[in-house]
Amino acid sequence: MIAVTIEVRDGKVKKSSLETLAEAKRRADELGWKTEAVLVGSGLEGLAAEVFPQGAAKVHVLDAPALAAYSAGAYAHALAAFATEAKPKAIFFAATAMGKDLAPRVAARLGVGLATDCTKVAVKDGMLVFTRPIYAGKALLSLKIKTTPALATLRPNVFPLASAPGTPGEVVKKAVTVPEEAVRGRVAEVIKAETAELDVTEADIIVSGGRGLKGPEEFALLRELAALFPRAAVGASRSAVDSGWIGHQNQVGQTGKTVSPTLYIAFGISGAIQHLAGMSSSKVIVAVNKDPEAPIVKVADYTVVGDLFQVIPPLKEELKKALADR
Amino acid sequence: MNIHVFIKRVPDTESRIRIQHETKTIVEEGLNFIINPYDEYAVEEALRLREAKGGLVRVFAVGREDSLTILRKALAMGADEAVLIKDAAGETYDGLRTARAIAAAVRTKYPDYDLLLFGRQSVGADNAQVPSMVAELLGLPQANVVTKLEIEGAAGTALREVEGASEKVNFPLPAVVSAQKGLNEPRYETLKGIMAAKKKEIPVLAIEELGLTPEELAPAVEVIALDVPPQRQAGKILQGEAAETARELVRLLHEEAKVI
Repeated sequence: MIAVTIEVRDGKVKKSSLETLAEAKRRADELGWKTEAVLVGSGLEGLAAEVFPQGAAKVHVLDAPALAAYSAGAYAHALAAFATEAKPKAIFFAATAMGKDLAPRVAARLGVGLATDCTKVAVKDGMLVFTRPIYAGKALLSLKIKTTPALATLRPNVFPLASAPGTPGEVVKKAVTVPEEAVRGRVAEVIKAETAELDVTEADIIVSGGRGLKGPEEFALLRELAALFPRAAVGASRSAVDSGWIGHQNQVGQTGKTVSPTLYIAFGISGAIQHLAGMSSSKVIVAVNKDPEAPIVKVADYTVVGDLFQVIPPLKEELKKALADR
Repeated sequence: MNIHVFIKRVPDTESRIRIQHETKTIVEEGLNFIINPYDEYAVEEALRLREAKGGLVRVFAVGREDSLTILRKALAMGADEAVLIKDAAGETYDGLRTARAIAAAVRTKYPDYDLLLFGRQSVGADNAQVPSMVAELLGLPQANVVTKLEIEGAAGTALREVEGASEKVNFPLPAVVSAQKGLNEPRYETLKGIMAAKKKEIPVLAIEELGLTPEELAPAVEVIALDVPPQRQAGKILQGEAAETARELVRLLHEEAKVI
């Protein structure tokens, strides 16, 4: 059985958890294993209905008042106890902020190996093989996990949802006890960003800016472009971030985030190797740059050679028209 | 308060990575190695806390002897002591092995800590595993990917970055905290610091001497392949009047690339 930990934020199941579950189901089918989902929290059983369509045969609900707010220690305690009892062959998480915080804690508690931020899961000789970018995408590492269960976090926005919806199954709610010392380090408060922007790792479309933008105000132009799309975010190069034009949480590249959107539009980004590493797995790349020799042109599917300030206004109008037509 | 900081030797971010396929390792020749950038924020934060509250900053690296260079650099930045946990295996991509070595070393040899500071991940293995694993192995609370840290008495408050928000985490000390970009601006080492660092002795602890069983040291992961990602090809170049190229770009994205 592959168990998939389902993350809940603001009372909703994360899309990246559903992607992870859908991928687990595809691989489990190949191996003749079952796929089951695990919700950790307090009073979450109502969310099971959102989980079944991605192929879970069963949804386990690990329930305790102490799990209402996230703490890595308490969640790891509950999940490790579940794993010891249910004996899954693998446990998958979405490689979100929470997944990356929690999965290694569960791995250490169980004394097992973990593959972080996988972009491919395959089956070879009856075993799961995980492929993950390292050096922010400059190389790809494929590995097997020699311990059971095999733990892995799967990168958001990479794996498709189920093509045909699964049917509802059994919901197994279990009251768990969490020792007090495991609850230390609990989230006391979630402070939302002032702008309700989507994170670059979760966006389908990223509108990104670099030194060519010349200043912080110009990022407003990119925000306007991003606002045209339903799931878009604003990204930035390291030099734009280090100049203080935009927050580091928007940085794409080796000391920022590695992203794989459907469409990445780079305005005034020359394409330093650490930036290219972080965005080269985008499906389609557009560069808007004055310099046709800039390194980013070599990886871009489409390059508009020109002044980005000249290009953005008509581009915005054309995008509006195209999106309205659909 | 005593702070232990854990740093790793990584190729700088401008490096081109080449692969040695037979050994499934990267080619180290010609690369410039540095302290992992996220670990530099951790070192800086430790120095600032020591300046405010007194105590000791001790820096650790797990790796081969070539990690002594980054330990000297951390000493030159102002750390009081440095320790190398020697692992001849080099890069194993196995976070559990590193975490077990760290947990065993601090438990048995250096239990005098209030705070364990790490970088959020190495810019190499990109595992982001070791801080959480060490926290679990030592039974400590954790706050990862931290952009703000406040210590008051025997407790801390951290802001950790999550998608579109920050989480405020309260924890008692001792605790594990990992640094994200934005936490601070690391200082440069001074000439005086560099000279003083040269004179300091760096004790070396072998990973085999930490009381870990062969099972605990056995790799939890097996590298099957190391490859370069598929190279992208340069695509179409659109030149000319802005309104015209904008129209053409949107047409191509819609009709050819089918992404909008």
